[in-house]
Amino acid sequence: MTSLIVIFGVVTIVFFVVRAVPGDPVASILGEQALEVDKRRLRQCMNLTHEESLCFGSGRAPRNFAPTTEIVDLQAGCPVNPEGLQLTLSVPTSTWTQYTHFWGDVLDGSFGELCGERGVTVADKLVENIPATVRLALASLAVALLIGIPLGILAALRPYSWIDNASAFLALLGISIPNFWLGPMLLILFSLTLRMLPNPGAEVTGLSALILPAVTLGSALSAKLMRMMRSSMLEVLHLDYIRTARSKGTPRWRVLVKHALRNAMIPIVTILGLQFGALLTGAIIVEKIFARPGIGTLLLEGIQKRNYMIVQGCVLFISMTYVLVNLLTDLLYGWIDPRIRYD
Amino acid sequence: MTRETDEQTREGIVEQLGGLARFGGAVVVLVVLVAIFAPWIAPYELGHVDVTQQLAPPSAEHWLGTDQSGADLLTQIIYGTRVAVLVGFSVVGICTTVGIVVGGISGYVGGWLDEAIMRVIDMMMAFPGILLAILLIFITQEPSLLAVIGALSATNWAGYARLVRGEVLSERERTYVEAGRAIGYGGPRLLFREVIPNILAPVIVQATFGVAGAILAEASLSFLGLGPQNIPSWGALLDQGATYFLLTPHLALFPGLAIMITILGLNFLGDGLRDALDPRAVTKYET
Repeated sequence: MTSLIVIFGVVTIVFFVVRAVPGDPVASILGEQALEVDKRRLRQCMNLTHEESLCFGSGRAPRNFAPTTEIVDLQAGCPVNPEGLQLTLSVPTSTWTQYTHFWGDVLDGSFGELCGERGVTVADKLVENIPATVRLALASLAVALLIGIPLGILAALRPYSWIDNASAFLALLGISIPNFWLGPMLLILFSLTLRMLPNPGAEVTGLSALILPAVTLGSALSAKLMRMMRSSMLEVLHLDYIRTARSKGTPRWRVLVKHALRNAMIPIVTILGLQFGALLTGAIIVEKIFARPGIGTLLLEGIQKRNYMIVQGCVLFISMTYVLVNLLTDLLYGWIDPRIRYD
Repeated sequence: MTRETDEQTREGIVEQLGGLARFGGAVVVLVVLVAIFAPWIAPYELGHVDVTQQLAPPSAEHWLGTDQSGADLLTQIIYGTRVAVLVGFSVVGICTTVGIVVGGISGYVGGWLDEAIMRVIDMMMAFPGILLAILLIFITQEPSLLAVIGALSATNWAGYARLVRGEVLSERERTYVEAGRAIGYGGPRLLFREVIPNILAPVIVQATFGVAGAILAEASLSFLGLGPQNIPSWGALLDQGATYFLLTPHLALFPGLAIMITILGLNFLGDGLRDALDPRAVTKYET
């Protein structure tokens, strides 16, 4: 329910922010020298204007004559009054109507037609680019989990030992090194100096091209997971039921995995849900560093070409994914910890 | 599970900070000083280019080398400190102010107003990371320093408001608030003069991390080409450097180091402040 309100708010905010762009969006997409006819067609396609007929002799006048109002057509005889003169005008669509159209585009999943290219919707562009970003996000998630969870557990089992200190140091680095710096540094080290992994832009696909981007994007998350896993594991290990489990003779690993880990995972799930957004925005940067296709590259291209259909599509997609992941996180709680109930 | 801070007596805040936190504080003070005195510290003037030395490696003349137009990298990094400090502190200043006012009113007044404000906060926080800032900067045709500060403030205030609201909610039931009400203090006076000063500790801690976050966000935006134009900013320097990193790795190396040291310092300071100020945050356990 809350997610629905939030999605409603997100769509509304995006709509009004994008409509606040100063200047003529049509001119910025088509360029200054575009023909009036093309501009008019694009305006109509983007629901900025629509045609309205006016019959001289029958009365109804268009409500507002804004600067963009222009005469499209003038012919003798209109349906209501064969004697009259039919004037077709291109009238600016009211913000409210644009808003409802916008909702229509969001709800049918097309995110609007990309009017520059006939018949192509923003959703088509998104679908083209989603797999690359999803691969990157999943790979970084895997990197983060594989580094963060085991090191966090080890650190919690031997607090203040060398492994704890080493992991604390690693975590500190992971949090403080910005990914847009780590990326180029990794490239210099592994692609140029050691020549172990492919350059960005080199036509290599598959896992080897994914390693550096995934490490770049996953390092910050793995640092956070590591610290969270450590403190949450420490907290759980001090609880009475762990002592009970140990004293009844359950093997140590079984206590750890079955009793401690399961409860210690709850904050980890929260962190994962909350940090997923950082992963998505981080992907924008990592895609730029490694010249990878994806939603981020699409967004940056849209910004450069000032094509606001693409920009709003990408922003909507990323934020909605984030809201959905947070919803899933909430639901996952109930599964991990049956004590939590949503009534 | 004893909390360290329980045993601590009230001392000066500096005495309570650990070694790392003091180091962090020193780094932050240094960065601020560099930002203020940039024109005196920088070896060259900002616009100075040495056309004979383009993409030169570090040397005695140019300690950190030069960029593609022959400008001294050290000079640019020193001036970049100004952007970082300005953005970091003004964004956090705006956000804490808005957060305290909005969150305070929301938590103190409660009822439908609280509901409404919380829904708005939920919506603001549904935009991950710098996404909303990217969108906001997109609408200002020419990204400027002011646009970056505005966009980052508009994105980040909600987190502070949520924190303040939660603190106020638990604080307003305390006896001293009731006592204040009994003497006849009005709502605004109770909220801003009595309650808010008592909940400042967690806000200060979050603000310290917030400065780091804002500096990182500005650098990310600049790296994406959406930062302030015509002023050297660390992110933009890194972006330029990354284009030439095949030839000259140092161009990408040093701006990143500047960012990292600053962020590290702020994080150390934030951790230390949290340990010292916020007894509820459990970061260490005795074993």
